[in-house]
Amino acid sequence: MIDIKNISKKFGKLEVLKQIDLQLNRGECVALIGPNGCGKTTLIKAILGMVLPDSGDIIFNGKSIHKDYIYRQYIGYMPQIGRYPENMTIGQVIDMIKGIRNDNNNLDETLYQKFDLDQMLDKKMRTLSGGTTQKVSATLAFLFSPEVFILDEPTAGLDPLASEILKEKIIAEKNKGKLILITSHLLSELDDLITQLVFMQDGQILFHKEVEALKRETGTDKISKAITHILKRGVA
Amino acid sequence: MNRILKYVVLNIIKNKIIIFYTILLSLFSWTAFSLEDNAAKGLLTLLNIILLIVPLVSILFSTIYIYNSAEFIELLVSHPIRRSKIWWGLFLGLSFSLVAAFIVGAGIPIIVFAELAKAIMMLVVGVLITIIFVAIAFLSSILSRDKARGIGVSILLWLYFALLFDGLVLFLLFQFADYPVEKMMIIITAFSPIDLSRILILLQLDVSAMLGYTGAIFKEFFGTTIGLLISFILLLTWMFIPFFLSLYRFKTKDL
Repeated sequence: MIDIKNISKKFGKLEVLKQIDLQLNRGECVALIGPNGCGKTTLIKAILGMVLPDSGDIIFNGKSIHKDYIYRQYIGYMPQIGRYPENMTIGQVIDMIKGIRNDNNNLDETLYQKFDLDQMLDKKMRTLSGGTTQKVSATLAFLFSPEVFILDEPTAGLDPLASEILKEKIIAEKNKGKLILITSHLLSELDDLITQLVFMQDGQILFHKEVEALKRETGTDKISKAITHILKRGVA
Repeated sequence: MNRILKYVVLNIIKNKIIIFYTILLSLFSWTAFSLEDNAAKGLLTLLNIILLIVPLVSILFSTIYIYNSAEFIELLVSHPIRRSKIWWGLFLGLSFSLVAAFIVGAGIPIIVFAELAKAIMMLVVGVLITIIFVAIAFLSSILSRDKARGIGVSILLWLYFALLFDGLVLFLLFQFADYPVEKMMIIITAFSPIDLSRILILLQLDVSAMLGYTGAIFKEFFGTTIGLLISFILLLTWMFIPFFLSLYRFKTKDL
């Protein structure tokens, strides 16, 4: 579904992505992990067309995303730190995005209701706590029932209750056969979610493996243990 | 794009600065016309105020507004919408709001007091100057990520066009006083939209005699239809080149 072909990106002299190749298919739930500053967010932004790679190409559903924008209607994106126009209210932001997407059929308002956003539609974005902002981001990502979810640190900043609601939602979407790409540092949270693991370091992909295979290879039952195991052993 | 345009315009019109700007313009205009005993003089006074204030407010307000829209832009780019539409929406929204403020503030008194031909000329020039400086603001704010630097560049550009440019021209004029530089002056004015506008209006007001021999040359050039056409094309160029440069840069910018 998403085919990343040999993309590289430099910010000034800093090489953030070094010839990344990655293939993601429908029905997969992929975790993108790695140390801070390894290029995870840049890779995600490249898929969204927010960062333009210096070389290489990204194919979405068989079409290059270069100079295309319509493909984004199939993507729900939840940023790591959602930044919103400060003087807009929650209701205005949601309405504006609805207007821009122009897609009022089959709206998925599960999160909107479960996060009780309807009770704070008049709150200005500037007054929101980090967690509430994350709730708005999550709601917007899931609102249009897209085919692909790109979630950048989705549970960071959410309280345990909200985080649980979001996880349930992610699992429900995964069971519908959608592609989900998650970055997270909380490995324990990923255990019951993901089917594949991509480990990045210094702008390169160290490995891309099925979770089951990984657990089998390392003889562990937790993702966190499997990764520490691999990192200690050194990646072949 | 219409939705973005609508959102931007609704957002700006509520802005206190824009309301203040409209009131200020209307205050200046009504006073200028009431103090002078004939409308042409009033127009002349107003011209100098407008050529100073309109560019300043247009460029500063737009620059700050674009920087403050960073989050808005970031929010939109991850959705299925063309980047150029976002940029156009912002540009048209800002231009429309500032032009509306100018028309309401200065346009009404000008139409009430001045002769029709002169009034129309003044309005057209005011509108063009507004949009030109909005376009320049787009260019200066896309060139740097840093807000303080972007605003600084905008202020410097305004200083250059509104004050320094005249000084430079005067300096050149004195330095080359012994040579026939009058024709050169026509070319030099093309480099400043403010001077171009000033000359266009002065010629309409039949006070070109004040400009001396250079004025006669100007009259000969700008007074003709072709001269008028060329100066309008130049003003339009001043509008489109900065904007399209910024649009090109915005399309390839990493957000």
